[in-house]
Amino acid sequence: MSINLNISEVAIRENRLGSVTGYQGSIKELAAQASSCSLKNKERCFSQSSACSSGCAQGYLSRIVDAAIVVHAPIGCAADSVYSNTQNKWGEKVRNWKHRNINVINTNMVEEDTVFGAVAKLKEAVREAYRRFNPKAIFVTTSCVSGIIGEDITSVLDELEEEIPIPLAPVFCEGFKSKIWASGFDAAFHAILTKIVKPPQRKTNKVNMINFSGSARKQIVETLARFGLEPVFVAPYSTVEELSKMSESAATISICGTLGSYIGNGLEEHYGVPYVKTLQPHGIVGMDSWLRGLGAVTGKEQEVEAYIREEKEKIASDLVEIREKLQGHTAVVGMGPSFGHNYIRTIQELGIKVIWGATWHFDPQYDNGKTPASTELLASQEVDIPVSVGDQQNYELLNLLNRLKPDLYVARHGGSTVWATKLGIPSVMVADEFSAFGYQGLIDFGYRLSDALTNRSLAKNLSSRVKMPYTDWWMAQDSFIFLENEVV
Amino acid sequence: MSQYSEQVRHVCSLGALQSVLAIDRAVPILHAGPGCGQKLWGALGFQNGCQGSGYVGGHSVPCTNIGEKEVIFGGDDRLKEIVGNSLKIIDADLFVILTGCTSDIVGDDTGEVARRFQEQGKPVIYAETGGFKGTNLFGHELVVDAIIDQYLKPANNVEPGLINIWSVVPYQDPFWVGNLKEIESLIAQLGLTPNVIFGPGPEKGLEALGKVPKAQLNLLISPWVGLKNVQHLEEKFNTPYLHYPVLPIGPTETAKFLRTVGQNAGVEEKRIEKVIQKNEAEYYYYIERSADVLLETRLLPRRFITIADSFYALGISKFLINDLGLLPEKQYITDGVSEEYQDSITAQFKNFADGITADVVFNSDGGAIHEDIRKIKFRSRPLILGSAWDRVLSDEVNGYQLSVSMPVSDRLALNRSYVGYQGALRLVEDIYSIVLSDFQ
Repeated sequence: MSINLNISEVAIRENRLGSVTGYQGSIKELAAQASSCSLKNKERCFSQSSACSSGCAQGYLSRIVDAAIVVHAPIGCAADSVYSNTQNKWGEKVRNWKHRNINVINTNMVEEDTVFGAVAKLKEAVREAYRRFNPKAIFVTTSCVSGIIGEDITSVLDELEEEIPIPLAPVFCEGFKSKIWASGFDAAFHAILTKIVKPPQRKTNKVNMINFSGSARKQIVETLARFGLEPVFVAPYSTVEELSKMSESAATISICGTLGSYIGNGLEEHYGVPYVKTLQPHGIVGMDSWLRGLGAVTGKEQEVEAYIREEKEKIASDLVEIREKLQGHTAVVGMGPSFGHNYIRTIQELGIKVIWGATWHFDPQYDNGKTPASTELLASQEVDIPVSVGDQQNYELLNLLNRLKPDLYVARHGGSTVWATKLGIPSVMVADEFSAFGYQGLIDFGYRLSDALTNRSLAKNLSSRVKMPYTDWWMAQDSFIFLENEVV
Repeated sequence: MSQYSEQVRHVCSLGALQSVLAIDRAVPILHAGPGCGQKLWGALGFQNGCQGSGYVGGHSVPCTNIGEKEVIFGGDDRLKEIVGNSLKIIDADLFVILTGCTSDIVGDDTGEVARRFQEQGKPVIYAETGGFKGTNLFGHELVVDAIIDQYLKPANNVEPGLINIWSVVPYQDPFWVGNLKEIESLIAQLGLTPNVIFGPGPEKGLEALGKVPKAQLNLLISPWVGLKNVQHLEEKFNTPYLHYPVLPIGPTETAKFLRTVGQNAGVEEKRIEKVIQKNEAEYYYYIERSADVLLETRLLPRRFITIADSFYALGISKFLINDLGLLPEKQYITDGVSEEYQDSITAQFKNFADGITADVVFNSDGGAIHEDIRKIKFRSRPLILGSAWDRVLSDEVNGYQLSVSMPVSDRLALNRSYVGYQGALRLVEDIYSIVLSDFQ
């Protein structure tokens, strides 16, 4: 597996990693198929609105503090900037920063642009973005329309670089190209790797911390300080200058394996920055693995062990208490693949039995060519867990939840827990990526689950009064009858 | 529409999927890319007064999730499969296929797919709403036209007093449910029978749609959106329409509205005046009591700016000037009003009490609007009625800010209304609560 920085467009996950969005089986089977390269995708003959690459790419890049985004698309493709702006304010609040609006301009493509092209409009929009925001870099994201009509964005930006003295980076994230919205993160990081990151001038004690909103920022700063390390939070809330120096860091760590794979492995391959490819730091086992991974590549093994010992002692009695509360409950997990497979383990640590794991896609390998550690660990456990993969197909999931009737549904990504709640299942949405971060995070998360189980009135009342949008026929079918074998 | 645009304040035609969701028992089927639904719902729904997915919105909307295969080989087969299975899986009574950019560019024959299902007696209609065609307000008109052409059946008789209500665009207006309820109540007070299509309740939705052809009148309360629809209804069913271009907020405009509608529908003048009198008495009871704080705290903003769609820019301006005694700075209209309607809207802004006029700017580009506002020399703290995008600007110019127009991501809207007498009271409450909480 190699990351090619000489091309302007990174391959989508389906082609690059063999990733899938349709699967039903067990974790052991899934891991076995992944490691033997025999995993096949399955299509569905019914589907509901999912998500696309451009949303991920734009949302992620628009929170870099001194960059601007030009969305080369009809205005609807920039609709996600509304959400991104709200998200951005959340992260600003965490940091006690003054609010700003994100720097996003849309080229507002209309009917005639689909016939005659809109390259001139794009140039004007890039110039205007430079004038309005005085950014240190401009990212130009593509769309289904710009892709289908064949706009030559790379050439336009190459030309403009002669008059605009900052990096102008194309981000290829056409929605129709990939069913896996995480391909948009790769597109964003490819743009950062090819246009922003500079070769190292020196080596520093910095650690690239790949994440989203960074609510655990203070804790991470303090923890890494004990190892003589300093985090750079990537990419939201960083500056272009900080991103350009990622090549100088001592290591890269990530809150999410899906998110971190491309940038982490890219920095390792091209600039020798070690990428920590362990479990993600959710819960105890995850944090142990992650910190030890970081300790190993930075030569801080002893400091890390001391820290782990201390932290575990701090939570020991709380852990016993929360495990007692949660013991014997059942849960279904629905999340992206990295969060999903890491959270199954995390929830198990709390004494809860995970009876199904649904992930929004699955990567049989990351960009280092290896199966995710979180998947391998689950597959190595004695008990096999039923799993499925679907691009957030609610009809399938709701049918399944109705059949399994777990005590809890734990999900990440909006538009999922609300439906489980309507079925009467208490649900917890993991919106904050640091929800079960490490040792204390596990305890806090455990109490959150316990609270959800303690007062179920909202779920109960809702389920008795609102109707689900599915026919009785569908709710009586097997959850996966619309999952067909891959034709190609 | 602007050449380029910053700060999304409306979305693309496909955003009309939310208008379908506003019809009880109707469901959109998107023939579009995988991300379209999420982005549009996110902006119009979730981030706009926290309007949620409801019965079958958000990630539950059926969608072909067009991929590379459909772009290359066409998406008709995929669409047929998804529509066929939607009929089996989704419990609804009307299925509206809406196309996105991709299927419109590759030239899928969506009409043919819909007709196949119609021939089998299935309640399936379609509209070509590719995002590049225009705004979601324009898309809303496309959806209503599709319903008129493909779903409505001519009536045998006209029901006297039955008035179809067409007004604010569901979801684009975060307060649409409350606003439509308030309009409904005003019309009912005149002794007429309002027929509201959008919103909750078994008498709305498809039942209300069924009654549309036999109405006495189509009442359009809107600066421009929906005009093509009521004209279309007139052509098709011979129903006359009344175009009332101002969203009536506050006693002055609402009285004018009630008189206009009442006279047009043949309501006795005495009855109209009685309704107005009763409502005004109640309205002024509250305003009289609040006059102390409005006048004596020295905090009353004197000047206001609206950065809103044409409904609110015009409706709120009329209220704040004609009833509350505020003065207009520039007013910015952001809903992509096409040139054919701009003059008549501008004329409304030249016609306030005491010869007061306001400058109007039609622009969807929030960044340009903010630049313009930064140049204004304010002599007191301005009141800015806009969207969540304007909070940062308001801080810069030391204003008071209230989000009323999409995106209203900073408020939760349930059944609040800004229409009529009740709505005006809510607006006064909201504005002055912001003023009072600002220094406390």
